[in-house]
Amino acid sequence: MSGWEVFLQQLIIGLSNGMIIALIALGYTMVYGIIELINFAHGDLFMLGCFCALTLVGALGLQHPAAVIVLLAIVPVFCGGLNWLVDRLAYRHLRGATKLAPLVSAIGVSFVFMNLGFFWGGLPMDVFGMGKAAAAPKDFPVLVSNNNLLGNSNVQFTAKDLMVGVVTIPLMIALTWFVKRTRTGKAMRAVAQDQLAAKLMGIDVNRIIGATFLIGGALAGVASVVSALYNNSIYFQMGYRAGMDAFTAAVLGGIGSLPGAVLGGLFIGVARAFSDQYIATRWTNVMVFAILILVLVFRPSGILGAKHREKV
Amino acid sequence: MKLKFHWLFLLAAALLPAVAPRLGELLRPILIMAILALGLNILTGFTGILNLGVAAFMAVGAYTFAILTCDIYPFQFGFWGATGVTILVGLTVGVLLGLPTIRLRGDYLAIVTLGFGEIIQDVLKNLDVITKGTQGINPLPSPAHPYYLFLAFLALVVLFNRNLERSRIGRAWISIREDELASSCVGINPTKMKLLAFALGAAQCSLAGALWASSLGSSGEPGNYDFQVSVIAVCIVIVGGMGSIAGVLLGSLVIMGFNSIVLETFTNFLKAHQLISTDNVFTAPGNWKYMLFGLALILMMRFRPEGLLPSRSVKAELHHDHP
Repeated sequence: MSGWEVFLQQLIIGLSNGMIIALIALGYTMVYGIIELINFAHGDLFMLGCFCALTLVGALGLQHPAAVIVLLAIVPVFCGGLNWLVDRLAYRHLRGATKLAPLVSAIGVSFVFMNLGFFWGGLPMDVFGMGKAAAAPKDFPVLVSNNNLLGNSNVQFTAKDLMVGVVTIPLMIALTWFVKRTRTGKAMRAVAQDQLAAKLMGIDVNRIIGATFLIGGALAGVASVVSALYNNSIYFQMGYRAGMDAFTAAVLGGIGSLPGAVLGGLFIGVARAFSDQYIATRWTNVMVFAILILVLVFRPSGILGAKHREKV
Repeated sequence: MKLKFHWLFLLAAALLPAVAPRLGELLRPILIMAILALGLNILTGFTGILNLGVAAFMAVGAYTFAILTCDIYPFQFGFWGATGVTILVGLTVGVLLGLPTIRLRGDYLAIVTLGFGEIIQDVLKNLDVITKGTQGINPLPSPAHPYYLFLAFLALVVLFNRNLERSRIGRAWISIREDELASSCVGINPTKMKLLAFALGAAQCSLAGALWASSLGSSGEPGNYDFQVSVIAVCIVIVGGMGSIAGVLLGSLVIMGFNSIVLETFTNFLKAHQLISTDNVFTAPGNWKYMLFGLALILMMRFRPEGLLPSRSVKAELHHDHP
């Protein structure tokens, strides 16, 4: 492989992973945009989505590539519903409290989710590898093939890469349309701007916040399906890593901004791939966190975010 | 609190090994985590800064102490010299991390500290020429009577924090926690005061790290100082009571006692009666640990955000009706 081909290959891998990161980042950015909560449990919600997908594959005996549609119909509902439920049970009661209270609560939820994922992996099911330790990484069956669509070229662009694009790009367009054009989307933007004023205009603020959690969670569910099919391995602690990547992406793009989250996700995905290739895998995480800290310190509003002034 | 819980706690801890000699060994982690959590309490409890990376300060302390005492390095400072230097290193690291980040908003600052915690772990892992990677630096000389030594350190830290809380500095911290804008209007420099909190908090956490390393006889591996340790420290402060020294001591007793004594005893009991099956993950109590810690955080935030033994000012603050 020539240097140029290596570059192209890493770019493809980076963009595919970047789109998955972007889907998770959208959930962070929507929730942060509306209630200024860093939803720490979001990464772990994504992890639970992966376990849900694997369970479905095992329980329904899915093998055909078209099974992706079944997974995409069920897993986002599971993740969206769970996210909505957590907001209803935990965060909603902390709306008036100090800002750190919901963050601490979200860290708690993250730990509960991680533990649930651990137990889930210990269920006696064939797909989890009977007799394997609960904590061990699980193999996700190859439903979408690894075949190179570019024929005999050295650069691999597989059916999986295509699948990531086919699922995520229309979804992002639909989300933009939803937020910009529908009544609920308009209400979301109003609540994000000024909760009190939105309430005075007759918007049910709690319902709109609940809807945001639902949609954000559903996007994480889509990310779970796509990621599980793309990387073919799931692990109960994967949520922390994915969550941090996605949060970095959201901050980088400007938290609260939907196009920012997508841009940030693609950037982090590509940066990770290039760091793996050209620096060293073991320094990749350090690099992502360094990006996170540098952006927060020097440009906390991100690339596309609006300047935010602390109001008195 | 007329009872002065913290002095009772220390007295009881001092007498305990005389009654039950075996418990001394088990209680050491409680003492060390109490010092770590008191360091976090300066930040989160007094000043209102959430730090999600105190394990990193602890790691810095443990590795500095190990490098200064282990005989494979040319330093050989001995226990007291190394502990002194470790505290100074912790202070410096706190200032270095605080300087560029202290002006950030609360939740962003929390994430920066979390990122710092992850970076420190990876750096320690990757710089294996110096840190021996995942093997850790060992052996370290162990001090005489570690239990009483650690208890004496804890007593000193409690005394120091209590006096600090009542000093001009402590009052400035508490006023920043309650209202940063108002406190800057009455002439407090929030940036300077927060930086001081960072420095002193980090110094205490690295002291905890040094004691941990000396107790272990090894720096431990970088993975020992992961995010979960930081969250356990946050749990201790929140369950005990933010800003309350007595509360933090009670919190370490409850959380660490649960972690290293109750869970362990319960596991041994179940094992003895053959109630733990290897193919059922639900039967081992240790597997429930993070679920319980997570639930503790969620439920405390929901029903008793001021903690079990609250400081009076925090309680008043949290139960004051918000608009």
